[in-house]
Amino acid sequence: MVTRAVPSTRAWEVAASVPDPELPVVTIEDLGILRDVIEDDQCRVHVQITPTYSGCPATETIREDLVTRLSEAGYRQVCVELVLAPAWTTDWITPRGLERLAAHGIAPPGRVAGVVDLVLGVRCPRCGSTRTREVSRFGSTACKALRVCRECREPFDHLKPL
Amino acid sequence: MTTTLVPGSARALLALGDDALLASQRLGWWISRAPVLEEDVALANIGLDLLGQARGLLARAGELEGRGRDEDALAFWRDAPDFRHVCLVERDQRDFGTTMVRLLLLATWQRELYARLAASSEPGLAAVAGKAVKEVAYHVDHARAWVLRLGDGTEESHLRVQRALDAEWPWVSELFDGSWLDPEVVAAGVLPWPDELRPTVLGEVAAVLARATLRLPDGLADGLAPEPGGRLRGRHGEHTDELPGLLARMQQVARAHPGATW
Repeated sequence: MVTRAVPSTRAWEVAASVPDPELPVVTIEDLGILRDVIEDDQCRVHVQITPTYSGCPATETIREDLVTRLSEAGYRQVCVELVLAPAWTTDWITPRGLERLAAHGIAPPGRVAGVVDLVLGVRCPRCGSTRTREVSRFGSTACKALRVCRECREPFDHLKPL
Repeated sequence: MTTTLVPGSARALLALGDDALLASQRLGWWISRAPVLEEDVALANIGLDLLGQARGLLARAGELEGRGRDEDALAFWRDAPDFRHVCLVERDQRDFGTTMVRLLLLATWQRELYARLAASSEPGLAAVAGKAVKEVAYHVDHARAWVLRLGDGTEESHLRVQRALDAEWPWVSELFDGSWLDPEVVAAGVLPWPDELRPTVLGEVAAVLARATLRLPDGLADGLAPEPGGRLRGRHGEHTDELPGLLARMQQVARAHPGATW
């Protein structure tokens, strides 16, 4: 029998606990990367994930981490499928994910609302000021921009709306 | 993934995958060489986006082709005449102005193309394009910001970016050339005719160049690019002398250690 794992089943819980390799303060569930988990009564599990950016190098690590964690949890056969459509958007980051990002000094993205290049008042995650400016559209990873706060003068990462 | 196989689709996806792959490889040259650290990181990230798009497109091209070639086989085990990218992306670029002008041209075209391909009848292509269109929007922004800054900057930066534009311009028309494309692929809704993208793409480019105080190349104000006649045609496998060297570098590790993983 095949059951689709809703966020209460054990397979989902195990998969959802995998941290993002580049943003370890959040899990792949927080980021909305984990799409679906299907398990059967033979202890086989099929996981669907979606990449954030097409070239995100974390995707391969996430795939390996899922296989490792689910195998350790007793699943005998783990299949991880990469699904591209519909395309990932930062709007899928959960409220808990947004909170965790901000708590760790990464300004969370605003809602996309259909327009990608509309960036309004990004708040400094340290002092809370909205007087911040973009230093570089491309930061330490593809998904982040580098900004600096005009108030407290600290640089910080901003997860770009996508 | 189930789909009706349209003959010529594999070749079309291969061409677009090659555009992204070779553009990515050229951008990689800037790593450790960009004028400032932030730009080093930016160009690396843009190249990474393009590489990811190339992987998706080539993987799907390989599936459609049905000859058992995956994205690695297509990237590393073809020789120059088998590549189908436009010559625009393969040429050497060691001047920052050249890189930014070329990125503006390529990314503006890709954004328009991917926006349409997100509704392609080929589901694999639609999926890659639906992601890629959002990524290249950031590339357009980045290139636009630099072209404005350099064009409307110092006398030296203006001169160099103008020279770069004049050198890149003759290679633009190939983006709109459909002579290589199987009409069935267009009829089936896999790809639009490349020529349909011309007015929008050239209009957007012209607007940026005008704001950057750059002299528009011949024909651009009328939405025209020079005819490709007499030029090398990358879509037909006719490339510049610069491609073999670029491929040698890109392919050397895979060919020296076939099947190696790390």
